[in-house]
Amino acid sequence: MINIMPQKKTGEGGLSVRKSTIALILLAGGVLLIGLMFVHAALQRQADAEEIAQLTAVVKNLELTDLCLFTEARYTRHLSQADMFSAFQDHPTALEHFPTGSIAGPPENIRRLNEKLD
Amino acid sequence: MRSWIEKQRSILDYTLASLLRRKGKNFSLLFVYMLVVFILASAMFFTSAMKREASLILQGSPEMVVQRLLMGRYDPIPLDYLKTIRNIRGVISADARLWGYYFDPTVGANYTFMVPHNQPLSLQNIIVGSGIVRSRKVGKGDIMSFRAPDGKVRSFTITGEISASSELISADLILISDTDFRNLFGLNGSYATDLVVAVRNQQELSTIARKITELLPDTRPIIRAEMVRTYDSVFDWRGGMVIVLLLMALLAFVIFASEKASGLSAEERREIGILKAIGWETSDVIAVKTYEGALVSFFSFAGGVLLAYGHIFFSAALLFAPALKGWSVLYPNFRITPFIDPYQVAILFFLTVVPYTVATIIPSWRAAIIDPDSVMRS
Amino acid sequence: MISLTNVCKGFNLGKLNAFTAVDGVSLSLEGNRITVLKGPSGSGKTTLLSLIGCMARPTSGRITLHKNLLGKNSFLASGDKPDVEITSLPERFLTEIRRLAFGFIFQQFNLVKGITVIENVLLPSYPLGKKHAEVRKRAGELLDTFGLRARARAKVEWLSGGEAQRVAIARAMMNDPPVIIADEPTAHLDSKLSREFMDIIALLKNSGKTTIIASHDPLVFDAQVVDRVIAVRDGRIDEEGT
Repeated sequence: MINIMPQKKTGEGGLSVRKSTIALILLAGGVLLIGLMFVHAALQRQADAEEIAQLTAVVKNLELTDLCLFTEARYTRHLSQADMFSAFQDHPTALEHFPTGSIAGPPENIRRLNEKLD
Repeated sequence: MRSWIEKQRSILDYTLASLLRRKGKNFSLLFVYMLVVFILASAMFFTSAMKREASLILQGSPEMVVQRLLMGRYDPIPLDYLKTIRNIRGVISADARLWGYYFDPTVGANYTFMVPHNQPLSLQNIIVGSGIVRSRKVGKGDIMSFRAPDGKVRSFTITGEISASSELISADLILISDTDFRNLFGLNGSYATDLVVAVRNQQELSTIARKITELLPDTRPIIRAEMVRTYDSVFDWRGGMVIVLLLMALLAFVIFASEKASGLSAEERREIGILKAIGWETSDVIAVKTYEGALVSFFSFAGGVLLAYGHIFFSAALLFAPALKGWSVLYPNFRITPFIDPYQVAILFFLTVVPYTVATIIPSWRAAIIDPDSVMRS
Repeated sequence: MISLTNVCKGFNLGKLNAFTAVDGVSLSLEGNRITVLKGPSGSGKTTLLSLIGCMARPTSGRITLHKNLLGKNSFLASGDKPDVEITSLPERFLTEIRRLAFGFIFQQFNLVKGITVIENVLLPSYPLGKKHAEVRKRAGELLDTFGLRARARAKVEWLSGGEAQRVAIARAMMNDPPVIIADEPTAHLDSKLSREFMDIIALLKNSGKTTIIASHDPLVFDAQVVDRVIAVRDGRIDEEGT
């Protein structure tokens, strides 16, 4: 009989940990992390509530109307107070001069006003 | 049931073994996919959190601001208008607001000068926002000089800094007294920048706004809801940068889903033939492809979303900062409060995981129904 | 055990390139025997093999299997009659029969590339949903039997010809089927490995297996262990010898 006799056993030979076990653990880990993300967000919101209340108080005290996000141009600094046409000083559909203009579109009421122009 | 689970786990084993054969290809796929989700999720987290935060903060804004329009631009408003507005039934108070911009050529920054209505300052004294403290490297006790329209330089002593925690709204502010403001900008004493109106009943706000435009046709009242709405549309998903990102991401996604859907290689078809010949059912073969698509897209989704969360809420949108800053010199340092919406995350999940999985299954469907004897015939 | 009555198989029927691969074959195959279908390429022996192995359905005629081949638990074996008619069964049941009754050894072995030896051997057991520890034990035993234990975690493309052949046999044996079907198993083997293959087949016969081989290799059909040789030509049975 030829060489189909059992050879010496070297090692376990099989799969040590099933690949599906690893995948399921990773899967559970992913779900867990996403769950933790929501938990973290909820806790952080609670922690930040006071800070936001303080901001609201400052806004009230100083009679502010806008966030100080984009200071490069006057109509992006006070978006809600912008001139009717300032966001589009050249033409309603002209490309923005200021980079933030690409993020901060013109307020809704201005968009509505300009609709017929183009 | 037990045997069903065992079978699915076995099929999962095969799926993983099969995926790991092309490690390079599949990991780069995972990476690109994760990047797409990361960009989309970052844009989504950022805009929705900013929108929510803005709407909360701006709840403190004046109920109504009245501007005067002249030649299509806003112009100082005569203080006489106050009397007319105060006489409207339902108006509790109307007051002048003084604020204006000053361009500082030394650092190239725009400042916002503002006269605080509720905390009068003494002459020659100013309180500055922390953005200015940072960019001009000044502090309490220092002197800041500004050039007035008459060419004279006026100097002011910094008597305080606005708390850094409110930087999001006050980074570029300079608080100044009424008299100093008028001197610095050369604004006539009978004019103000705009008027702030408080009303008795919120329900009447728009009625009163209409009355104001009737009585004072050259004015434009802006009510608080409009201010909040402005930020809603700024951080809308259709907003400039977001839509560009969205289009880019979708494009990348379509390219690679179509690459997937375009079909299986001859090698893959042969494999499916072998599996069918040795007793796998069509549904088992499709299960392999379903798990493959689901695994790749789930891990990309989870990785992308988690990275995006870290990016927006731990690093304050580091990658978006250059676009947000634009050419601004003053940029507020702020941490974004994680207002995240499970509903949005769910939408992102269905927009990414489902199409990819389907794109993986469809071509395998055709291959899975090939006759098992094709292996013998080849 | 397996009987064919007037079985025909045509391809591309109704088209210009229509041809009949198997033409009116009637045959009865005994259990625990080694049967060789001998014939030149294109004679229809592979098609006949795939009909017997339930991979394809005949265009006309009947094929019946003895229900012992299907095992006790099969729904198909639950009838009163000793034989199961398979020609009219839907694909789902044919798949089940393939899984339970037959082990396949293909020309070129058709191992799935890129995955390991043991994963290849395990493949036929996956749709059964048996306990993993159980099937792994079985696969381990098969690897021991065929002297492949040391190569269990090697990728199949690293194997020598002889090793690949033994992996293919081990895979065919995985679900312990009563019938082994081999299509040109020695086509890509040298004489030494071909003889080795026939020795393994002899061992399988000793353990009670039925083997059906399609081959035109004299080393196969002239081998001592072969019980019956059926010559196939142009889709018909030409002659029979033992």
